[in-house]
Amino acid sequence: MSTSTYQRRRATNALMLSLCSLFAFAAVGVLVLILGFVLAKGISSLNLDFFIHMPAPVGEPGGGVANSIAGSFFTVGLASLIGIPAGIGAGVFLSEYAGHRLGDVIRFTADVLTGVPSIVIGIFVYGLVVLKMGNFSALAAGIALAIIMLPIVARSSEEMLRLVPHSQREAALALGISRWRTILSVVIPVAQRGLVTGALLAVARAAGETAPLIFTALGNRFWSLSITGGPIDALPLRIWRYGIGPYDEWHQQAWAASFVLVFTVFVISLAARLLLRRR
Amino acid sequence: MRAERRRTPEGAAALTIRRPWRIGNAGDAVSRAVFAAMGLSLLALAALLLYELVFQSRLSISTFGWGFITGTRWDAAAREFGAAPAIYGTIVSSVIGLVLGVPVSIGAAIFLSEIAPPWLRNPFSFLVEMLAAVPSVVLGLWGIYVLAPWVGNPVETSLRDHVGFIPLFNGPAFGFGMLAAGLILSIMVLPIITAISRDVMLAVPTSQREAMAALGATKWEVISGAVLPYCRSGLVGAVILGLGRALGETMAVTMVIGKGYNISASLFQPASTAASTLASEFNEATYDLYISALVELALILMGITLLVNVLARLLVWRIARSPGLVRE
Repeated sequence: MSTSTYQRRRATNALMLSLCSLFAFAAVGVLVLILGFVLAKGISSLNLDFFIHMPAPVGEPGGGVANSIAGSFFTVGLASLIGIPAGIGAGVFLSEYAGHRLGDVIRFTADVLTGVPSIVIGIFVYGLVVLKMGNFSALAAGIALAIIMLPIVARSSEEMLRLVPHSQREAALALGISRWRTILSVVIPVAQRGLVTGALLAVARAAGETAPLIFTALGNRFWSLSITGGPIDALPLRIWRYGIGPYDEWHQQAWAASFVLVFTVFVISLAARLLLRRR
Repeated sequence: MRAERRRTPEGAAALTIRRPWRIGNAGDAVSRAVFAAMGLSLLALAALLLYELVFQSRLSISTFGWGFITGTRWDAAAREFGAAPAIYGTIVSSVIGLVLGVPVSIGAAIFLSEIAPPWLRNPFSFLVEMLAAVPSVVLGLWGIYVLAPWVGNPVETSLRDHVGFIPLFNGPAFGFGMLAAGLILSIMVLPIITAISRDVMLAVPTSQREAMAALGATKWEVISGAVLPYCRSGLVGAVILGLGRALGETMAVTMVIGKGYNISASLFQPASTAASTLASEFNEATYDLYISALVELALILMGITLLVNVLARLLVWRIARSPGLVRE
């Protein structure tokens, strides 16, 4: 092997390795850039009024997005009530009951459902709920978000339940405990932490969703916490409407709302991860 | 006496036969049915989703037929709807996103699985995953006020000055347009492709790396000669999953693509994707045919993403036997 070949190989090695490292730093750099901007812009327009006041009349400064924050809690809460139990149930079915063939079909469907664009889910629920009920509502938004959460919770629950050692199930069954009691009192408690993690990650995902809310919640500048009564607001929707709107006050509030949303979503995801790590 | 009977196989059989009369088994049957209903609800949901979209778009399908896909005019006032520009925009913006995003993602994944020292690996992986947690609408807001203006000047102006003879990079530098949408998509696919690629690379057996290194290969030759070929189909799967995400991405794209409805060679021109058209026009849709045309657009979008996702899942499932390895 000639010296020049050797040097060329060494040079390629150094070049490619540093390029890969550079790309990794670039990926993190983009995150820092975005977060830094949201932080800088958001904090400066954040105050107590923002949390406890209603939107000011168009063109007037001040006001807040209390209705959007309440609406977000309401719709995501509703979605969690539907999506998390159903998702964990589906996870139990996949890990404890389903045969190979059926299990694979359901798993595949869940994965494909996870990949369906959230805006398509929004249109689906528009036809299914909004058109049938005759108006936009928190219920429609909750159902749309629940459909987004369901396959995520189902798949993560299944994985967590599978981690429970078989010996624990067998120990319970050997004591004469029936299968359903075994699942409820042994398998689920052992996997509890993982199940909560999966649920939290799904909540974080649902809290940041905007697209499905356009067709289900619609958005509302006034206070509304009715399940079926009419349009409801949500923080991501408010960010969108204010962000593309013409007024400077709106833009500032959009940044503040972004900061609150990002902060909330990060805290939830962080909690989920820490919960799983602490064994 | 009974204890002795239990030790024999016959005794065991007798015990199992007696079980169905136990009271606990009623609970078993009920809980089995409940859990099965929850599991099967996923299948029902998928079927209902498909049915509902086809049902709601029947008016548009019967009015335009195949012409809906090939038509290039989208004019609500003239009651004429053609989806070609939206489909074109969806595909082109996603392709730009992949062209820009894939090299960075794979490079970052190589760094995370092969190069980074262990103490750096976890914090970096965590940060990259956090990028996936940034809500789309927040990214869009950043796109409006930071990315799109930057794309307009200096990116588009200098591209036009230096390689403007290529039609792709010619035209007025708006900032808001196909290129900005592609850039924001590249940011959105980055965490997905990086995370999955890192996982499939970590699944490559160490013996493969050692064999290559024992032949005197440099670190890069180990990566390019042993690691990457070994997990090739997993990487392809990761990229296609990223593509699936890019195709259906709505808010961030809607906010920077500029809402132009024509097929243009220039990447600087405002454009539309299927998802961005849905997001920006649904609340304006005033008559049945308009709504129906939008639902058909959603149906087409779902068809494309479904195809892409099924392909990706099959590829990734083949490499990572345990499906738990792959998560979005």
